[in-house]
Amino acid sequence: MKTLLQKLFLISVYLFLYIPIIVLIVYSVNKARFSLQWQGFSTQWYAELLHDRELWSAFTHSVLLGICAAVISTATGLFACVQLFLRPKRKHQRRSLFAILLLLIVIPDLVLGVALLLLFNIFAILLGFFSLLIAHITFCIPFVVLTINSRIHTLDPNLYYSALDLGATRTRALTSVLLPLLWPAVVSALLLCFTLSFDDVIISYFVAGPDFNILPLTIYSLVRVGVTPELNALCTFTFLLSMILVIVAYKLSRKSP
Amino acid sequence: MKTKPFSLYVIYGCLLIFGFVPFLLVAVTSFLSNDPNNLVTLPFTFDNYIELFTPLFGKVFLRSVLISLITTIGCLVIAYPFSYFLVRSKHQSILLLLIIIPFWTSSLIRTYSLIAILKFKGLLNLFLLKLHIIDQPLSLLYTNFAVISGLIYNLFPFMVLPIFTNMERFDFRLFEAAKDLGAGKLDLFFKIFLPNTARGIISGCVLVFLPAMTLFYIPNVLGGARSILIGNMIQSQFLVIENWPQGAATSMILTALLLVLLFIFKRKGNEGRS
Repeated sequence: MKTLLQKLFLISVYLFLYIPIIVLIVYSVNKARFSLQWQGFSTQWYAELLHDRELWSAFTHSVLLGICAAVISTATGLFACVQLFLRPKRKHQRRSLFAILLLLIVIPDLVLGVALLLLFNIFAILLGFFSLLIAHITFCIPFVVLTINSRIHTLDPNLYYSALDLGATRTRALTSVLLPLLWPAVVSALLLCFTLSFDDVIISYFVAGPDFNILPLTIYSLVRVGVTPELNALCTFTFLLSMILVIVAYKLSRKSP
Repeated sequence: MKTKPFSLYVIYGCLLIFGFVPFLLVAVTSFLSNDPNNLVTLPFTFDNYIELFTPLFGKVFLRSVLISLITTIGCLVIAYPFSYFLVRSKHQSILLLLIIIPFWTSSLIRTYSLIAILKFKGLLNLFLLKLHIIDQPLSLLYTNFAVISGLIYNLFPFMVLPIFTNMERFDFRLFEAAKDLGAGKLDLFFKIFLPNTARGIISGCVLVFLPAMTLFYIPNVLGGARSILIGNMIQSQFLVIENWPQGAATSMILTALLLVLLFIFKRKGNEGRS
């Protein structure tokens, strides 16, 4: 009886989390435009998305932004983690670095967005691709460092130093010894940064310019108008894309070295 | 190893410029005056803060705190037993993944997906009518109820994950030891389990309480005119009214609240360790 109740509780929580999404997906392939009734399977709403130029440009912008933000923040985060790992004695540096990272994680997105808007305004940085990129890198780096750091702590720094003793150059020791051991974490960080950047609304809302439209903001402006089947299709597509990336990242991060 | 850790300095520099300096700018701006042409101007003034003590702001502020509090309690009440079952479950890996997916995917889209459930001719009303629990469809969308459900729905993973990681480290043999020493069921919970998992609870609450006030698109999408929260206020102060100093002052109040919460968190954490 007790376990049955437990199971019921777990199931109802998961239903609460997933029913809205499932409903969204179902309506995105429903033929009916206005009614809730099921009128047969149809992919016409997806086909309509394909012909929407503005949506396509927003989508390519978002993908470009996501890839740049993911690559730059993962590379920076990776090197910082490696440096800290190879110099375990730099305790103060580690502590202050993690203090700023923690601040960036706990501070509400809204305040970060506002703060970056002020910064760009003072340095006269035009709002557009570049301002979005800086903002996305800023909120991605903490997650990169956390992801890679938890992995790197399972390794032994002596692996690197023995490679040096055996005559490897520093680059070689890094690329042939450390990186292969770290790659699941690196790929997982890349994917997570991409989804973070691809889905971010709040920070982008403040630092986006009129010339560089991105997908989450386009979705936001559509969502405020109301429910349409095309929007259901667009949201389903975006959600499934992020979901696949998250699942892959999760599997990679759980893989034992 | 005589080389300087170049990449470390780069990341420090970046984080300082883009992660720390902006917050200082918010602090400075909050003391400047509003200027319609240049957005901000001298002289320094406290007016932005004094103006926040008007009934209008007080109302929004109180409502935000109340709604966030309900959201936090709601999340906690569901997430605490939920995490416990998760820790003890055999299918932990897959169950955890199902919590992580909503954690990382777009919360805007998940908010949007609630509309079809909550609207007047939506699924929830349909369901309740079919079961004859209600005779007339309820107007759920564009109410504070919709906003709170949206917030709980979106922030639930932020409560579960810290509590779960905390419970994962709990040594369940302590229960047996306590039982051997004659502890009752209530003692087990209040004297052992709750104090040991307090850290997770507090970090979960910090991660839910503040964002609940600032996720401005949730009240915008699900709420009505009477569900404006601090987040919506800051958003309009910056981008609609363009009164940046006022918006910065409001953001500072939020940040101050955050610092208070972090302080409590830190003290609790130290208590737990000693």
